[in-house]
Amino acid sequence: MSNAELIAEAGKIVDVAAKDAPLTVRGLTVSYGNKPAVFSVDASIPAGSMTAIIGPNGAGKSTFLKGTLGVIPRLSGEVRIFGKPFHEARDRVAYVPQRASVDWDFPARVIDVVLMGLYGSVGLFRFWRARHRQAAMECLDRVGMADFATRQIGQLSGGQQQRVFLARALAQNAEFYLLDEPFAGVDAATERAIVAVLKDLKAEGRTVVCVHHDLSTVAEYFDRVLLINVRRIAEGPVDTTFTAANLQETYGGRLATTHIDELRLA
Amino acid sequence: MSFLDYFISALFLQAGYNSALVAVGAGLLGLAGGGAGAFIFLRKRALVSDAISHATLPGVGIAFMLMVAFGGDGRWLPGLIIGSAISSGIGLLMVEWITRQTRLTEDAAIGAVLSVFFGLGIVLLTIIQTMSSGRQAGLENFLLGSTAGMLISEATTIAIAGALATAFVFMLRRPMTLVAFDPEYAATTGINVRHIDLAMMGLALIVTVIGLKIVGLILIVALLIIPPVTARFWTNQVGPMIGIAAAIGGLSGYIGAVLSAAVASLPTGPIIVLVAFGFFVISALFSPLRGGLASALRHWRFQRRVHRRQGLLALARREPIYDGFTLRILRQSGMIRRDGVATLRGKTASQKAARDEARWAMARRILPDDSAIERYDGLTPIEDMMTPDQIDEIDRVISEQSGAPA
Repeated sequence: MSNAELIAEAGKIVDVAAKDAPLTVRGLTVSYGNKPAVFSVDASIPAGSMTAIIGPNGAGKSTFLKGTLGVIPRLSGEVRIFGKPFHEARDRVAYVPQRASVDWDFPARVIDVVLMGLYGSVGLFRFWRARHRQAAMECLDRVGMADFATRQIGQLSGGQQQRVFLARALAQNAEFYLLDEPFAGVDAATERAIVAVLKDLKAEGRTVVCVHHDLSTVAEYFDRVLLINVRRIAEGPVDTTFTAANLQETYGGRLATTHIDELRLA
Repeated sequence: MSFLDYFISALFLQAGYNSALVAVGAGLLGLAGGGAGAFIFLRKRALVSDAISHATLPGVGIAFMLMVAFGGDGRWLPGLIIGSAISSGIGLLMVEWITRQTRLTEDAAIGAVLSVFFGLGIVLLTIIQTMSSGRQAGLENFLLGSTAGMLISEATTIAIAGALATAFVFMLRRPMTLVAFDPEYAATTGINVRHIDLAMMGLALIVTVIGLKIVGLILIVALLIIPPVTARFWTNQVGPMIGIAAAIGGLSGYIGAVLSAAVASLPTGPIIVLVAFGFFVISALFSPLRGGLASALRHWRFQRRVHRRQGLLALARREPIYDGFTLRILRQSGMIRRDGVATLRGKTASQKAARDEARWAMARRILPDDSAIERYDGLTPIEDMMTPDQIDEIDRVISEQSGAPA
């Protein structure tokens, strides 16, 4: 059975014309202890867009992502995913955490990690069937890791780990992908592979949001930016929003003017 | 009857009703403990189960006192089990609450709960010893376990609870695996991480309270931890790991109970733990997957391959070789003569190595995204990892470039 049939069977056909935006955030505040890591941030991600969340280290980019997904509790604010609270729209969302957030010596093979993306679609008592494995293999193939299916995950390089995480999210067959630093510390081949997959997702009408740290590739990879430094600085298309003035405001004095000059800015 | 005769007859359940009952009970307990412990080990929360087990003691004391107060002799096992389950449940929730609500870390919370509950339990047991009614003798066996005088009803209780724990492990295997590996991702897929964690600890609690009678509360944590740690040496997958852990736990319980029944003065818990430790030592040394000897052997072989390759490349480039180990390997494999000059065989092999190196270098340039490039360990010949067509293409580009005028 092909992946497409599996999708149709699960009744989760991607509706490109969904009228509710994939993500709407109003006044989101998340704090560790008594210091807000994200303070009163608004954001609105349109369907079919590719957005980079940008800001200096400790600016709350990852926290913003986790706050919207309810991974860490919110202090205040409202989050709507496709117009609904997150727990009602969960099936339409896939999250790719930072790869450093897990212990890679865990007893699992590459295919086992990708199958985790299908946990939601198999029952508590049911076992894996050939079609599940095949769907997982197709996802691995999309990130160029099919030859590694039976490798122990502890033997992978950083870039390979990142691609396995992406394959797991692909297995969820979601409409909205949120990735936390997918390009951090990966090799060039991995970066190319991930960008190609993300652009495919966009071409299929899906929505992508990435926490991103490399300012030099923003214009090349993304069409929208959300600039955050605890507070929201700016949000909009790369053409109009990824400007020297906005970057200066986001990074304060931490970004050398010469560096800004080298970027492909609007 | 000698010890050995008794041991062998007990092993096949021929040494009397009681020892057979205990052996089967301990085996089932070990089975449940190994299975439940696998997830606790993967979630890295082994010490929480230690707090749970020590927190059972006040419950045992209070349950005994209550049952005596209502006219019993205080030794009804289900009553003692319920009492211990309630008090260790309270202990578990306290560890959770302290970790969540204060800035104390989990290990500090565990230390506090473990020692306070255990202290309280010992005080209660001391008071019980001075009571005039009730059958208090032997209550201290809950500390280290005992195989003496087990009733069929007690064995049945253990069997039912053990089966319950095993069914629980099966039902929750996927969410528990996901929470142990990647809790943040698990939360986004709709799994309530806190509930799964509590369920996992609930499993540990079931195993602990049914293990009180046989293994005792001080050492029950070993039955949750040693089997999964041992199983990890044999497999790289969660499913088989749970099965192996359960098997090791079951065998340890069974053999340990039989041993301790054969020598009446030995406490059961420590013997079971020592048997489990025996399995651990054997696995740590001899497992072909992650055992110490296999790793050492793999490292030694790899080192030889590296030296051989380095030596051959040096020969091809006509560079001098200084490394004694490299020279020895080349001499042993007939690549060089005693005086260090390459033999015919050595020349052929070194040319082959140099060509392989050049092919890989070209492959990296013209086929950078091929998965063979990623899997390459720096030593394997290219013929083993790429197709003949790919190699022909690589050779063509190489000859084009070397043939072309500079």
